Amino acid sequence: MLGRSLREVSAALKQGQITPTELCQKCLSLIKKTKFLNAYITVSEEVALKQAEESEKRYKNGQSLGDLDGIPIAVKDNFSTSGIETTCASNMLKGYIPPYNATVVQKLLDQGALLMGKTNLDEFAMGSGSTDGVFGPVKNPWSYSKQYREKRKQNPHSENEDSDWLITGGSSGGSAAAVSAFTCYAALGSDTGGSTRNPAAHCGLVGFKPSYGLVSRHGLIPLVNSMDVPGILTRCVNDAAIVLGALAGPDPRDSTTVHEPISKPFMLPSLADVSKLCIGIPKEYLVPELSSEVQSLWSKAADLFESEGAKVIEVSLPHTSYSIVCYHVLCTSEVASNMARFDGLQYGHRCDIDVSTEAMYAATRREGFNDVVRGRILSGNFFLLKENYENYFVKAQKVRRLIANDFVNAFNSGVDVLLTPTTLSEAVPYLEFIKEDNRTRSAQDDIFTQAVNMAGLPAVSIPVALSNQGLPIGLQFIGRAFCDQQLLTVAKWFEKQVQFPVIQLQELMDDCSAVLENEKLASVSLKQ
Amino acid sequence: MAAPMLRWGCRGRRWAFARVDGGSCHRRGAPTGSTSNQIRGESSVAQQPLHTAQKTRKGEHKWAAVVGLEIHAQISSNSKLFSGSQVRFSAPPNSLVSFFDASLPGTLPVLNRRCVEAAVMTGLALNCHINKKSLFDRKHYFYADLPAGYQITQQRLPIAVNGSLIYGVCAGKKQSQVIPKTVRIKQIQLEQDSGKSLHDNLRSQTLIDLNRAVGLLEVVLEPDMSCGEEAATAVRELQLILQALGTSQANMAEGQLRVDANISVHHPGEPLGVRTEVKNLNSIRFLAKAIDYEIQRQINELENGGEILNETRSFHHKLGCTMSMRDKEGKQDYRFMPEPNLPPLVLYDATSLPAGADPQQVINIDQIRETLPELPSVTREKLVQQYGMLLEHSFTLLNEVGLLEFFQNVIKETRAEPKKVTSWVLNTFLGYLKQQNLAVSESPVTPSALAELLDLLDSRTISSSAAKQVFEELWKREGKTPGQIVSEKQLELMQDQGALEQLCHSVMEAHPQVVMDVKNRNPRAINKLIGLVRKATQSRADPVMIKEILEKKLSL
Repeated sequence: MLGRSLREVSAALKQGQITPTELCQKCLSLIKKTKFLNAYITVSEEVALKQAEESEKRYKNGQSLGDLDGIPIAVKDNFSTSGIETTCASNMLKGYIPPYNATVVQKLLDQGALLMGKTNLDEFAMGSGSTDGVFGPVKNPWSYSKQYREKRKQNPHSENEDSDWLITGGSSGGSAAAVSAFTCYAALGSDTGGSTRNPAAHCGLVGFKPSYGLVSRHGLIPLVNSMDVPGILTRCVNDAAIVLGALAGPDPRDSTTVHEPISKPFMLPSLADVSKLCIGIPKEYLVPELSSEVQSLWSKAADLFESEGAKVIEVSLPHTSYSIVCYHVLCTSEVASNMARFDGLQYGHRCDIDVSTEAMYAATRREGFNDVVRGRILSGNFFLLKENYENYFVKAQKVRRLIANDFVNAFNSGVDVLLTPTTLSEAVPYLEFIKEDNRTRSAQDDIFTQAVNMAGLPAVSIPVALSNQGLPIGLQFIGRAFCDQQLLTVAKWFEKQVQFPVIQLQELMDDCSAVLENEKLASVSLKQ
Repeated sequence: MAAPMLRWGCRGRRWAFARVDGGSCHRRGAPTGSTSNQIRGESSVAQQPLHTAQKTRKGEHKWAAVVGLEIHAQISSNSKLFSGSQVRFSAPPNSLVSFFDASLPGTLPVLNRRCVEAAVMTGLALNCHINKKSLFDRKHYFYADLPAGYQITQQRLPIAVNGSLIYGVCAGKKQSQVIPKTVRIKQIQLEQDSGKSLHDNLRSQTLIDLNRAVGLLEVVLEPDMSCGEEAATAVRELQLILQALGTSQANMAEGQLRVDANISVHHPGEPLGVRTEVKNLNSIRFLAKAIDYEIQRQINELENGGEILNETRSFHHKLGCTMSMRDKEGKQDYRFMPEPNLPPLVLYDATSLPAGADPQQVINIDQIRETLPELPSVTREKLVQQYGMLLEHSFTLLNEVGLLEFFQNVIKETRAEPKKVTSWVLNTFLGYLKQQNLAVSESPVTPSALAELLDLLDSRTISSSAAKQVFEELWKREGKTPGQIVSEKQLELMQDQGALEQLCHSVMEAHPQVVMDVKNRNPRAINKLIGLVRKATQSRADPVMIKEILEKKLSL
């Protein structure tokens, strides 16, 4: 049951094959068994069981709230949850219990979803590995998969298995691990420069970043307000569409949400024919650092579209190479501003020093933030200084506009969706990953993803195939602003073609084999 | 000196308008303070009225002062600028604080429509250009009563620009001439007020009240003023305009109107001097005093070979002087940044309004223009035309809170001439209020009572001296009507000709010597007789009538 898709389990709930409480308990037990993944910071067991009980009553009375009623979900720990600790994986917010729910959380609860817990992340979502949070790194469930293990055995140089585990990518790594390890059916991430799509690619999931303004940010503790969007992590495109249907729409509490009517619910048609589609391949995304495996899958995917009758053309996004620098300036500037409220006065951490307010601020912030956060605050404040503002912030904003225009031009030339890699390569082992600092890693890992955030476009990472090492590789589709449904429709067609394999966790979770009953190892069509 | 100072310090009690003598240049006054005893010396300068301190002395170098103002007015609205929480003065601390006001992580600002309308209305009343598109910015600084670590304001593109404010200053020998002056308005911007810090020095604690995060209008006045009185009069006029519009209650004592002054001095024709900013001006009187003090301080400093530092100074009203705030952080860099959570504020007019726009979602400048109430300048003009009063009287009527309404209510109910009403309201009534330091609303005499009293006077039922007596009785708050007082105290004029003739007769008989004097053409003697008769009537008879009777009886 746990291996099923959200839609499938929803049908099972409706048919009474399983009750919400049973489902909730199965997930809770799996959460306990996979605790070593460090996917969850807080497991809200009591809340979830109570919600399950209420859901069960509704099902009994035939008053189900819809597809999400009774469905276990997880939420990244940078969304405000009423009565449940919300830490952003930072010392600064340890023990902070918000008095309100983020709009997206409230919407999920209003639809009857069960909140299993709050998932791990890089501190304040600053990172691309889910390795830099105060609660420790998240382990990629694929590290323990049959697929990966078997490949490792073939490798004579294989090191100690326990220290060989892989990162999930980030910063929504906890959410990705939670969904990937079957502890819930969908999870909320956040996506500022790729934080949902990157871990989705590394964990073999669908990672969807909606158009900026489609989904409310109220209650999402901000990284970069002008780029943040709540992201959705699921095991298939249809599930992402169901969750998007529950979340999308204007919010009076977020003035940046748009009022234009959007088609709801997000029912995705099954595309039979792609011959009317035009797929754009941005030539600037073919960078030297791109692994040959990803590159080869990318080109095979393009071939697939072409062979099915779609028009596939090369397009140019000429300002791509400036994007990551520009992102760095804008991101750190907003970070410097957004982090100013964490001063130890009202909530969160406060140091013991009380000689003066200023001294208290300084010590609180030194103790509360990790090096990554402090580094970004420092550079952001530098860029915002009166003498630097024009040279850095204003210039970066101009470049941002050019980058956004690049996309507009590509779409105006007739392209429906762009197809790109999501990441340079598959997930790397933790010990490998931490050889470089957070800043270097973020610059590398966000290379294909952050430009989309600067342009406010919808994008989705779809798992395509396993690498030679048996690890997932994802590709990214980018759509026109507010054409989220069209984007997901194309993604769904593609997903169906590639038949990405289900993660095989039996070996690890021996007593969970029942969990993964009736899961079949699907063919990997792109790998031949 | 003490009484008028007290009056000025009290809210709502401002009668005077600016007094300047002709020119507005500051000249060298006799330096009174020594640098070694700065505070005492300088405060004695400030207490001198400015215009006496700067009489021209031939051959002396002229100084000109340049004064600009930044005025923060709290917008009168039910809820805050960026959150739905209520606004109420003197509510218990932190009782009106939303999650946004407390800057809880993840909360976002939502602009209050009423505050935007108030800003547009104020902009229109101050002849501003209203920007169809304006932007919000974050201004960063760490302070305990600024929980977000930044204030949301409009630094780059404010909602209104390039306006003007016309105010009247009194001039001439008797200060009887009102001269209109204009100060340019650079901009009006919407911004969020900070919380309030209450410093408890005993326990070395600071207590924070976040109730105050209401909407502010920051009105920036160009440095077109040259002395404290001009600035004070301009602020008073702005205060009246805001109150007429209803966009701010603009009560300085409650912090609804706060003024910072930028002050410099220079020799005319030379570049402007280094300016200082004076803060903490919480009444119009202190504003004038602080500016004049600071001007004189700068002149003294420069004449003694010193230099002016670009610094923030605070006005100490007890000492009557300004003092450097000695901000140890040095120059603040506010690291301005666009507020990413608020889209540009777009306003429409009749021509740009999109067809089928939801009136709840758009703000139409032209529609607001149509609803503008009458402004104080128009009200004054009407008073002058309608009642034939002097312009300065119209200023006095408007400057005193509630006085105009009182005047109009009296006018409505009495048959007496408007000029008589004006004289009674501005002299007698206002005189009593001043003497007892009362506001119009605290007056023991109601408009109806005064109207009735003026009717009695108008119908010659009582004499004007009796009327003064009745007024004094009314002031005692004994709940009696003027009619009752008149009859109880028998203050009616004697209307009985026969009885009066009788009285005259008796007086003449009792004072044969005076009668002889009259007959001997002593011109003062008749007045003495009249006086004696009036005394006999307890001042109830009309002296004109007495004179007629006496003259007849004496066959003059």
